[in-house]
Amino acid sequence: MRVNLKYRKVAAIGAGMTPFRRRFLETPQELAWEASRKALEEANLELKDIDCVVIGSAPDAFDGVHMKGEYLAHGSGGTGRPVSRVFVGGATGVMTAISAWYHVASGMCKKVLAVAEEKMSPGRPHPQAVFRYIWDPITEKPLNPNLIWIFAMEMHRYMHVNNVSKEEIALVSVKNKRNASVNPYAQLGGEITVDDVLRSEVLVWPVQLLDVSPVSDGAAAMVMVDGDVARRYTDTPVWIEGVGWTLDNTTWPNRELAYPRYLENAARMAYKMAGVERPQKEVDVVEPYDPFDYKELHHLEGLLLARKGEAPALLKEGFFDKDGDIPSSPSGGLLGVGNPIAAAGLMKVISIYWQLKGTADKMQVKRPVHTGVAQAWGDLMQASTVIVMRN
Amino acid sequence: MTLHPLKDEELKTHFTITYKPEAKYSYTAGQAISNFLKGLKEGKILGRKCPKCGKVYVPPRMYCEECFCPTSSWTQVSDEGVVMTAVASFISWTRDRLEEPEIVGTIRLFPSTSRDYVYPGLFHRICCSYEEVKNMKIFGRRVKARWRPTEKRVGSIDDIECFEVI
Repeated sequence: MRVNLKYRKVAAIGAGMTPFRRRFLETPQELAWEASRKALEEANLELKDIDCVVIGSAPDAFDGVHMKGEYLAHGSGGTGRPVSRVFVGGATGVMTAISAWYHVASGMCKKVLAVAEEKMSPGRPHPQAVFRYIWDPITEKPLNPNLIWIFAMEMHRYMHVNNVSKEEIALVSVKNKRNASVNPYAQLGGEITVDDVLRSEVLVWPVQLLDVSPVSDGAAAMVMVDGDVARRYTDTPVWIEGVGWTLDNTTWPNRELAYPRYLENAARMAYKMAGVERPQKEVDVVEPYDPFDYKELHHLEGLLLARKGEAPALLKEGFFDKDGDIPSSPSGGLLGVGNPIAAAGLMKVISIYWQLKGTADKMQVKRPVHTGVAQAWGDLMQASTVIVMRN
Repeated sequence: MTLHPLKDEELKTHFTITYKPEAKYSYTAGQAISNFLKGLKEGKILGRKCPKCGKVYVPPRMYCEECFCPTSSWTQVSDEGVVMTAVASFISWTRDRLEEPEIVGTIRLFPSTSRDYVYPGLFHRICCSYEEVKNMKIFGRRVKARWRPTEKRVGSIDDIECFEVI
């Protein structure tokens, strides 16, 4: 049963993306423009039809430009319109879609363009160095941390508490890169084996090179409109039925890391709004955030699509395969498509949108789909954003 | 528009502008952490206690984030605890290769119990072998802070060299 009907209905009617690649010559604005133009084209709209623009981008330091909202605005169709930029760390991409949703759901705007962009390649010698500044400057930074440390810590805790092996986790990387091999936007699609993952360079044990998503540049955009106008432009609108976003305790050294409570809270918020009571029975396709392979399993549990510690076993059975019960990351996810942070999150929403619209082409999952979920996660280990869509 | 993916060397044949920002910061430690750092200099790990819910914050905080009231008293916690997670890093913060792995993790400090979801704890180096990380034997082990000699302590998280198994 759906519990809250006070909002205006919101539909997605168009989406566009640039390919995700390691280095592009194009500027961030040019990438944003490319994605925006494609989204407007798919929606059969022109820029003059758009009421307001939402921009999503992760830390400014990656592109190396402050005020990224303003910087990206003209490439995102923002000139002369209400524009806002959202930022919730790695969870920004899905938050961009959620923000577009509330602009329309509130009744303030009829047609919104949501644009997410990230260019991780400019930082030298490696974008990893930029991540240093997300740590606490006094109690953590003096230890010279790099970003992979915390995820390795979370992964190892997850493995320890749930007795999960590296082999079981590597299957995520194998699945996602395989799914990405038919995705025209993907940077790292292909056939790899569990052995390839286990033999790749050890970065921070237990994290190895093929456990991690690549450094990428890219942009993604979506058009969201009021329910009343959606059918004027398309016969196949995809409805945004539930949204949720929450933060957990931000001092991660002071709490249990084996289970993503932050995500369970966000998922429950979104499911309640969408009237999803038994997620594992009702969700047909899912795009959980997978910058690391263990993260997909961790998030499938947080999304209540698997019991605590049981996602690896379900994955092994093929439950989350493209032709399985709940196909997970049919796009190829961040591991396969690439990880331009904010754009990667919005890419997840777009993937579900295309699945529900039935236009995912070679990425289309076998079984008929009605309810889809996209999710992103960010900050150190505490922010999560969830969106539930139906056709 | 054609989108061009490139190798790093290929990028040099196109117009690119290189710039290094010279930004330096002086972060203040604030009320709670200043005293925490002073405590470290004296070989103590200090926390703040919430008068309402009784939660002890380490690193300390002047307010309780849940009750949203001021924490009322300083309390010293043990420099002993349990390893919650540990990892071995073969890359530096700039992603250069390290020959010897650096081992870090999180430590749940006493007093606390294994049933606590939130507890006083620190992120720090752990003095143990790569093997103990790899086979997970270090998980759940009791560890104690190895302090730097008194004259070398400056009031920094670095005054603790690492946590080692006792």
